[in-house]
Amino acid sequence: MADDFLRIDNLVKSFGGNTVVKGANLAFSKGEFVTLLGPSGCGKTTILRMIAGFERPTSGTILVEGKDISPLPPNQRQIGMVFQAYALFPNMNVEDNVGFGLRIAGMPKAERRARVDEMLKLIGLSGYGKRFPFEMSGGQQQRVALARALAPKPRMLLLDEPLSALDAKIRVSLRQEIRAIQRDLGITTIFVTHDQEEALSISDRIVVMSAGNIEQVGTPFEIYNKPATRFVATFVGQLNTLSARVDDPARRAVSIDGQPVVVPSLPAGARAGDTVSLTMRPEAVQLANGAARDIVLDGTVADVSFLGSVIRLKVDLGQGNAVHVDTFNDQRTPPPGRAAPVQVTLAGSDILVLGD
Amino acid sequence: MKRGKPWAWIVFLLGAAYFLLPLIATVQFSLSIRRGTLSLDAYTNVLNSPQFQETFVFSLVVAVATIIVGLLLVVPAAYFVRLRAPQLRPIIEFVTLLPLIIPPIILVFGYIRMYNSSSILPLTNSTLGTNVLLTLAYVALALPYMYRAVDTGLRTIDVQTLTEAANILGANTPTILIRVIFPNIIVAALSGAFLTLAIVIGEFTIASLLNRPAFGVYMQNIGANRAFEPAALAVISFVITWAAMGMIQLLARFAPRTAPLTD
Repeated sequence: MADDFLRIDNLVKSFGGNTVVKGANLAFSKGEFVTLLGPSGCGKTTILRMIAGFERPTSGTILVEGKDISPLPPNQRQIGMVFQAYALFPNMNVEDNVGFGLRIAGMPKAERRARVDEMLKLIGLSGYGKRFPFEMSGGQQQRVALARALAPKPRMLLLDEPLSALDAKIRVSLRQEIRAIQRDLGITTIFVTHDQEEALSISDRIVVMSAGNIEQVGTPFEIYNKPATRFVATFVGQLNTLSARVDDPARRAVSIDGQPVVVPSLPAGARAGDTVSLTMRPEAVQLANGAARDIVLDGTVADVSFLGSVIRLKVDLGQGNAVHVDTFNDQRTPPPGRAAPVQVTLAGSDILVLGD
Repeated sequence: MKRGKPWAWIVFLLGAAYFLLPLIATVQFSLSIRRGTLSLDAYTNVLNSPQFQETFVFSLVVAVATIIVGLLLVVPAAYFVRLRAPQLRPIIEFVTLLPLIIPPIILVFGYIRMYNSSSILPLTNSTLGTNVLLTLAYVALALPYMYRAVDTGLRTIDVQTLTEAANILGANTPTILIRVIFPNIIVAALSGAFLTLAIVIGEFTIASLLNRPAFGVYMQNIGANRAFEPAALAVISFVITWAAMGMIQLLARFAPRTAPLTD
């Protein structure tokens, strides 16, 4: 699209004979918060580093506002970046760290001071200017790193797993803070993470990657509810996979552990006697409790995990299949105990038909 | 030390005696210039000698020049090896060790052959040229210590991430080296600097064969012609060396501290 702020066309990166990014095509709008999500080695950080200019693409182009930035060195790209390891300069205090980019740009001292104060206020660390990095906690250091990246008013912000080194509570609060600041400033942001919960909670859009390929691009709602591939479905969130035997392809009749059910669709070319996989999210399956939906299956409770607001049951369906069922905690109704016979039910539309 | 380990004490005392007894003997001899009484006359003679002052200042100036040239050569080299060509590290380490393997006498004959008055670059033709040659020879001599000190300093910081962080904020390579890398390895670099100082102050072979009025040459001359003054000089140069070592220890306390990675 002509109005894309950042566009990546056929981006390829190989190290020796190993291709880690295999022809990525992506477009980002101005002010968007996009997450590159995937397991270690999927190429997400390499894409980020190519945008920053730390890696040279083997082929392909990176366009910012229509101009190819590939020939520019990192110090001329006007991009802010936050690193996993904070990368604050140990010899400088907070003020000097935040003001580093401004000093390099030749900003007069008074103006620089005002901008540093403004940035420290933005990240809630006013009064910490004279402290050195080693005197601060990891969360505080990462906020300083964010202020340092934002101080020179970059065109876009790159976040390379900035929360990975922090403990769980700080991680949640800081990601909300990052998102709020990003919304305030309206800065185009690319966030790299392997944490699907993090990606789902703060992104406008998510790019799911695997082995150098882009598997799917979509909003968190689309990625979770309409995964395009089996990889996306299994990587993002929990997934039940049931093995079913096709009885009558014309009627879409299958049996799961000997229990006959009719499903809304079957993989193309499925024949009677074939085994197919049916997948669904744990929260799509419910205990029947008299209110049956399209599909009802008998089973026995194999395990009960109390997760706080959610209770996860593992229900054995008799001949090797097991399904996880997520139900909300209800203080008036205790969950069924182990070995209790139960009926589980789900809507046919909740079955995900996945490509490989 | 815990009780019940007398062997540890015995080994410690034997080791201490091995190092301290010759030192005590030298100090005592240096104070014995007057028969039957202890006196600092040998030290006064040495310190008041114009030759001592001239040669000491000369060696000090050469040492400072050696340190500056050494740092200008080693810091960027060690930085680029670490950042861009880590596979070259074993080769660079081997090269920096060569001055320990090649005796200074071989080194200086090589220099004289290469830079004599009939060579393309006749450095030995002038006093300044010879001083430059002496400084460069000392840079080579101190290379094993300087490189290791700087490399150890670089190992304590995340060179790549700090470089990238400064780079994306607009800094070019010289700025990164001067404002980010060097201040974070300054203590390690100063360790190398003081080791260089200790080497240069006492060096004799190269200075003597290049015919420069260095402190090492003066010490040798005094040693050949006087009785008590060489002992006083030995004590003085020992104090200088230990002061340099003490400065290294002291400066280590002021190294920029690396921040914790987690809360």
